[in-house]
Amino acid sequence: MKDKTKYFSYPYIVWIVTFILFPSFLVLLYSITSKDSNGVTTIHFTLENYELFFKKMYVNILFDSIWLAAISTVICLLLGYPAAYIISNAHISKRNTLLFLCILPMWMNMLLRTYAWMTILGNNGLINNFLGFLGLPKLNLLYTKGATVMGMVYNFIPFMILPIYTALSKLDNKLIEAAADLGADKKTVFKKIIFPLSMPGVISGIIMVFMPAVSTFIIPQLLGGNKNMMIGNLIEKLFILNGDWNFGSAISIVMMLIILISMSIMNKFDVDKEGGARLL
Amino acid sequence: MRKKIFLGLILSIIILSLTSCSTEEKETLNVLNYDIYIDKTLISEFEKENNVTIKYDTYSTPEEMYIKAKAGASNYDVIITGEYMIERMINEGMVNKLNFDNIPNFQYVGEQFKNQPYDPNNEYAVPYFWGTLGILYNKNAVDTSQKSWSLLWNEKHNQRIIMMDSQRDSFAAALKLLGYSMNTVNEKELDEAKALLLKQKPLVMAYITDGAPDIMINEEADMALVWSGEAVSAMSENENLDFIIPEEGSNIWIDAAIIPTTTKNQELAEKFINFLTSKEATLRNIDEVWYSTVHTEALKEVNEELLENHAFNIPNEDIEKMEMFRDPKEFIDLYSKRWTEIMADKID
Amino acid sequence: MKKYLSRIYMLIMYIFLYAPIIVLAIYSFNESKSRGNWTGFSLKWYIELFQDRDIKTALYYTVSIAIISSIISTILGTIASLGINSLKGNMKSLVLNINYLPVVNPDIVTGISLMILYISFNMDLGFNTMLISHIVFSTPYVILSILPKLKQLDKNMTEAALDLGATPMYAIRKVIIPEIKPGIITGFLTAFTLSIDDFIISYFTKGEGVTNLSIVIYSMARRGVRPTINALSTIMLTVVLILMLIINKRSNLESKTKNQREARY
Repeated sequence: MKDKTKYFSYPYIVWIVTFILFPSFLVLLYSITSKDSNGVTTIHFTLENYELFFKKMYVNILFDSIWLAAISTVICLLLGYPAAYIISNAHISKRNTLLFLCILPMWMNMLLRTYAWMTILGNNGLINNFLGFLGLPKLNLLYTKGATVMGMVYNFIPFMILPIYTALSKLDNKLIEAAADLGADKKTVFKKIIFPLSMPGVISGIIMVFMPAVSTFIIPQLLGGNKNMMIGNLIEKLFILNGDWNFGSAISIVMMLIILISMSIMNKFDVDKEGGARLL
Repeated sequence: MRKKIFLGLILSIIILSLTSCSTEEKETLNVLNYDIYIDKTLISEFEKENNVTIKYDTYSTPEEMYIKAKAGASNYDVIITGEYMIERMINEGMVNKLNFDNIPNFQYVGEQFKNQPYDPNNEYAVPYFWGTLGILYNKNAVDTSQKSWSLLWNEKHNQRIIMMDSQRDSFAAALKLLGYSMNTVNEKELDEAKALLLKQKPLVMAYITDGAPDIMINEEADMALVWSGEAVSAMSENENLDFIIPEEGSNIWIDAAIIPTTTKNQELAEKFINFLTSKEATLRNIDEVWYSTVHTEALKEVNEELLENHAFNIPNEDIEKMEMFRDPKEFIDLYSKRWTEIMADKID
Repeated sequence: MKKYLSRIYMLIMYIFLYAPIIVLAIYSFNESKSRGNWTGFSLKWYIELFQDRDIKTALYYTVSIAIISSIISTILGTIASLGINSLKGNMKSLVLNINYLPVVNPDIVTGISLMILYISFNMDLGFNTMLISHIVFSTPYVILSILPKLKQLDKNMTEAALDLGATPMYAIRKVIIPEIKPGIITGFLTAFTLSIDDFIISYFTKGEGVTNLSIVIYSMARRGVRPTINALSTIMLTVVLILMLIINKRSNLESKTKNQREARY
């Protein structure tokens, strides 16, 4: 039986080789060839695409993207952890509703969620009109790095709350009770028991916020005014506008490596393999 | 469960057949045009009249269009784009010659738009609209005693300036301010322009293509680099707005319809081009896109108000100082690279 | 005291999450195009929305691609899961790792790699390429939701079925599939929502007038704030809300009846 069902995987193996493995190989191939090589006969291997990327300007974009994504992740964690904690401590009848309310915005199109902030942050948007109403000077909110971070936090915070909540709700209450019985105060219980045990959720949350944040190109474009390019914008520009597949591929490979490396580092901390990372 | 999978299969077969029905039964025409550059009801009208399906695709800058059209798999039938891209595509053998017997409306195209350098013998392109590049500004905020591109570099308007995310247009402003040709193939001149644009970057509120009129109407910025039609549409909605064409000279552009070699139905494509350049279609398009028309007969019927607007009826003394974009051939890579570098540069 | 603090915290959280959406919805009824001022109630943006050709085509493609791609990826994923589950050792982990790639890879990289593939092989960018791409990125999620269920499966059950004379196909249909059904349904729903919501991968693999709602919203939003987008988002939000309520009610009902049934025994 087992031996025969094995064959069921063969069509899918062909599928993933064609549509996952082979395209990745093509990206790699483009990244190590030069633009002039047309066709197989004149193929010309080079590392110049990678060299170009390590020019100060482009490396800066990389660092900047990582930096902005990291800030957003930290904010998401700081805001999301208490929320997940409160929900997991709520009365069991309310828990699902509270959680549902946190996840519901995720069901709305991401572009709409980003677009919503354009109305709010604009120079004549809601916040500035309110400031004007109070007689305060208007602020430049839209088309700043702050707006970009804001958009990332807003879009990705449910990804932080959900896995942390899952980890917290799995927590065995007996442990906490035992600790309390042994004389630990609430702070110690949190520090020594609750937080360490929720780590798998925190790590999944960090991965799930950081990954889309570092590679986004819509948010810096719509909310950042295209002024502070992130790595995703650069890739989009190179493919859609410049048609420079070689350089674009090299950057994609760099980005892929960064994600894979950070994933494997994070996974080292992730003790509970069944944690929220696979929640989707 | 088996029933459900079966049902699912049937459902997918139905949908698949539905989609293929709507595409294969009728002839289709793949059209590629700028965003917001047509009265969309015209498309449906042509579909109905000729019992065809139009697959309508848009792009925001000619560079984006070129990549789309060049992609190995593209099969567009009609493309509407800027003259310098047409020149490049003709040079690269990407454009079919037209049979003008099928496009009688070509006779109404104004003489000044024919025999232009991008298509010297009128073999490939049918002009669609024309216009210029200039500065849309708020009269209450900007002092325009000197009509110069340097307005866009004025530090008084820090974070109140909107630029375009379009390499040729942004470079045109900088090159003209420096007194160079906007078609320069001199690397030193281009580098100077790049330095100027980099100097401007901290003052810029946002780099946006197509979005500037909206922001200007809401008075959220003081000025914006725009194409003339965008200015007309913005001015019609907010009377505090005005448009200047800087004295250093600006760009005159012609957007025209071409048929790429990828077409599978040249005759239908020609019919569509003829339909789009008829007087009625032109008048309806003017109401939608607000650019200056190349159609001599349609121009006679444009309303007074529009004719008085200098962003629509562009004055001759300005036109005399204008330059048309040319295809800089391989040198275009240097433009692209520098523009990417400008956009990639970090401010703060 | 602590209770109040946490209530206030959650309240602020929900305001943060919902204020933008509510503002969006309110402004969809604003008569004026400008977002600064409220000039009166109007439904004209909704009327304009329903006349918009782009949105109609996009809606058609979004829904048909979501339905077709989620059905195909569910079937493909279910079959593949059965197979992968019986693979052994290195082969299994290799397949699982490749399968995991679209999940961990940034969407933009998946998008461009598929675009390169299609263009290199001169495939027409359009409906088919978008459909294939959606199947490519959603099947791994289907597999990931079915595999755990297969692991939990009691091997003795299948063997018992086989011993009693069932053909392998019959055993799969009658024993395995019913057991992993919850995983299949989760996988299908995930595939469907991923497809409906996708922007980046579709953006790189679209063509020939085939777009989806996300792409249309993107190109509209790039032009600035449009009340028609507000109208569209209000409708989409309402649809999502209704769907969620129905699903919630049904699952509540199901769990209730299940509890009752269990209580009876």
